[in-house]
Amino acid sequence: MRRIGVFVCHCGTNIAGTVDVKTVAETLGKEPAVVYATDYPYMCSEAGQNIIKDAIKEYKLEGVVVCSCSPRMHEATFRKAVSAAGLNPYLLEVANIREQCSWIHKDMEAGTAKAIVLGRAAIAKVQLNAPLIAGESPVVKRALVIGGGIAGIQTALDIADAGYPVDIVEKEPTIGGKMTQIDKTFPTLDCSSCILTPKMVECAQNENITIYSYSEVEAVTGFVGNFSVKIRRKARFVDENKCTGCGVCTEKCPVKNVPDEYNLGLSNRHAAYIPFAQAIPNVAVLDKNRCIKLTKGKCGLCSTVCSAGAIDYEQKETIVEEKYGAIVAATGYNPIKIDGYDEFAYSQSKDVVTSLEFERILKADGPTDGHLQRLSDGKQPKTIVFVQCVGSRESGSSHGCGKEYCSKICCMYTAKHAMLCREKYPDTDVYVFYIDVRTPGKNYDEFYRRAVEQYGVHYIKGMVGKVAPQADGSLMVQASDLISNEQLHVKADMVVLAAAIEPDKSARPLATMLTASMDTNDFFTEAHAKLRPVESPTAGVFLSGVCQGPKDIPETVAQAGAAASKVIGLLAKDKLSCNPCVAHSNEMMCNGCSSCANVCPYGAITYADKDFSRRQDGSMIRRVASVNEAVCQGCGACTVACPSGAMDLKGFSTSQIMAEVDAICK
Amino acid sequence: MTFSYFPGCTLKTKAKELDRYARISAEALGFSLEELPDWQCCGGVYPMAKNEIATKLSSIRALASAKEKGQPLVTLCSACHNVIKQVNHDMQTDSNIVMKANNYMKLEEPYNGETEVLHYLEVLRDKIGFDNVAKAVKNPLKGKKIAAYYGCLLLRPGKVMQMDNPENPKILEDFIKAIGATPVLYPYRNECCGGYMTMEEKSVAENRSSLVMNSASEYGADMVITACPLCLYNLTKNSGSDVPVVYFTELLAEALGLK
Repeated sequence: MRRIGVFVCHCGTNIAGTVDVKTVAETLGKEPAVVYATDYPYMCSEAGQNIIKDAIKEYKLEGVVVCSCSPRMHEATFRKAVSAAGLNPYLLEVANIREQCSWIHKDMEAGTAKAIVLGRAAIAKVQLNAPLIAGESPVVKRALVIGGGIAGIQTALDIADAGYPVDIVEKEPTIGGKMTQIDKTFPTLDCSSCILTPKMVECAQNENITIYSYSEVEAVTGFVGNFSVKIRRKARFVDENKCTGCGVCTEKCPVKNVPDEYNLGLSNRHAAYIPFAQAIPNVAVLDKNRCIKLTKGKCGLCSTVCSAGAIDYEQKETIVEEKYGAIVAATGYNPIKIDGYDEFAYSQSKDVVTSLEFERILKADGPTDGHLQRLSDGKQPKTIVFVQCVGSRESGSSHGCGKEYCSKICCMYTAKHAMLCREKYPDTDVYVFYIDVRTPGKNYDEFYRRAVEQYGVHYIKGMVGKVAPQADGSLMVQASDLISNEQLHVKADMVVLAAAIEPDKSARPLATMLTASMDTNDFFTEAHAKLRPVESPTAGVFLSGVCQGPKDIPETVAQAGAAASKVIGLLAKDKLSCNPCVAHSNEMMCNGCSSCANVCPYGAITYADKDFSRRQDGSMIRRVASVNEAVCQGCGACTVACPSGAMDLKGFSTSQIMAEVDAICK
Repeated sequence: MTFSYFPGCTLKTKAKELDRYARISAEALGFSLEELPDWQCCGGVYPMAKNEIATKLSSIRALASAKEKGQPLVTLCSACHNVIKQVNHDMQTDSNIVMKANNYMKLEEPYNGETEVLHYLEVLRDKIGFDNVAKAVKNPLKGKKIAAYYGCLLLRPGKVMQMDNPENPKILEDFIKAIGATPVLYPYRNECCGGYMTMEEKSVAENRSSLVMNSASEYGADMVITACPLCLYNLTKNSGSDVPVVYFTELLAEALGLK
């Protein structure tokens, strides 16, 4: 029997408030194998760790049990302490008496009894712990950034600047993302394109950056330091190396009625197109669903006018396979579909637009060449009503498309829109209806105050109940003014809806490929909400931009840089130590049934024919499983699936777990 | 097809046309409305108080009586429909109300919201089908521009009534198309007419009703149809508009050649 030491943590009052820690230490101290037991206010502190180290030496401990918080929190801390005292770090067990005990119980008696049982289970397990040694795996010094908006661009630039090669995969024909569609940016009102396009060009010119535009991630295998990724490059029917971006094909193409994605369908484009003037790469695309040559086999006009000979109707999509040490998700967002909000008459009137559509109307390369115009009759609106929180902060959504969260960016961009309208067209009356105006951020509240005080925007606290399109083409807005407690009727020429934002639809399938976790709104979850905000709980996967939660451009860029620095930190290492708690197969018991390989999510199990012949019996060759320890993540699925009990998980063997169960049930 | 039928008080007095034309049209369309014996007033206004049982009892009697016959319960008046459907929803979802109501009623078999409550329009749409209504039309109202007026009670609360999208309904427009006329879409078709406010504060009903009627006539309506006696009263007496307002059943009968 091993000599065990037990260390019970108070965690201030977090544990001691509902667990009598002294009784726990005393009771566990009487367990047969325990030679030392004590308690201390903060076991994770330096002094607490020293108590463990000293006890290991003084009492010649062969196993350590710490009764404290979740092992997710401090297992690594205590393993280091144990290791410093000369004990194998895997001879430590953490009994979680905080999250799984003190925090969920109110009754001291029940809490104490449960803490004792959890301690006993850990003591039983540590008796059977094997000393494990972590192996090492090499790090591929290349990063993948998925998504080429401002988040992905900034992350890629920062990684490339540190000297590491980085690939950007962007599903659209150009990088740039939503920021390309925006006119001005708050709170400084500088032009969005002017600050974005130099970064896009830098991506194209940086030797360390490869852009896979019009491409999507198809499959991801491997693990931190050594991911293997398949990238599907969609056919654009234009040779990227030959096309000069002259645009002749896009002018001559006879199909002119395709809704233009860049203008959110507010104008049309040709079937051969370059998304916008500053696209990177500046290469044309043929829309395979609309091109006459590709759908009906006739036409071919673009090919005849292309002096570079870049048009290739036979182009097929290709798969690129590449290895990466780290992956960054930067898949961004979209405004929600607001067709369900019929009270705002979005589907009934052309003059009810979303805020992103309004950006296109304000921007010089938009459908109205930057002139503030109604889309129905081209007239300049004299009264504009902005409605905030359309689909945001909606609990128990009656529309089925609302979000409970605050989309965070709408208050500021609405203030910007209101201000721009008043500045360019001072005779315009501008109303903003809001629930709250939320402007935390440097120079943000000053910006909003300027809209109210300097630009005379009418901010009214209250929500719009109905937008009624009138027979004369105006829009009657019915709203409540909560401060003067009256109902308002505003006759407007245009209504702008600040639609909630949601993660891009590509995020969920990507999360599945990356085994990265998501919340119920499909935002990627960070490893720790406060302390590890740019890392996914899946090692080697990092988060950049709105795919993690709503944020504006400055915040996105800050997070993009933070994600890059985490990637650089990882790529700077030559080797990573592996988790030694991996599966292994007992070849004498394995019958080669493949049950384990079928459930393994990492593809870590392979089979080989092995010779088990003994001298007299002649040949006996059997098919048995073997585990690639570098690939195995220690999830344990195979140990459950194995019908013959041949699979076992180091550190969590069946015998260890049974010993815990026995100790609990005793 | 036979349905239990709850006409309600107003259809026996002020709104006889709504009732009469509905019955003869039903026979022509191949279904019959069997008036519940001994029905009582629905309660008039849905009592929202959760601890108030007595005011729900007459609706529950009607619902339980339809259940005995094993028939869906059909209503016509928007207010009756709203009250009965909401009470039925209580009987499906609120165990406290179910227990107290059943304790009081002492029915042979407790009532738990089993009866399907249908508005006459839902029967036309879901049981007969508007395409079949269109086929039965003998006298299509060609060229007539008709504005549908829903009011609030047919549609709201949307989750309970589940008749149509409360913000952009189309069941009455589809009905208008089925009888050969042209529906006029105008934004205030699902707004309140002022309801009972006409008794207490007439100006409210006047404002609300004229908003509706002016909008309908600006959009070029020749006529407005409704399913609600109180709406009809407000829209004709309080709006100051001379655009005629009639019950939808009257137009149905006319289109079917029964008037």
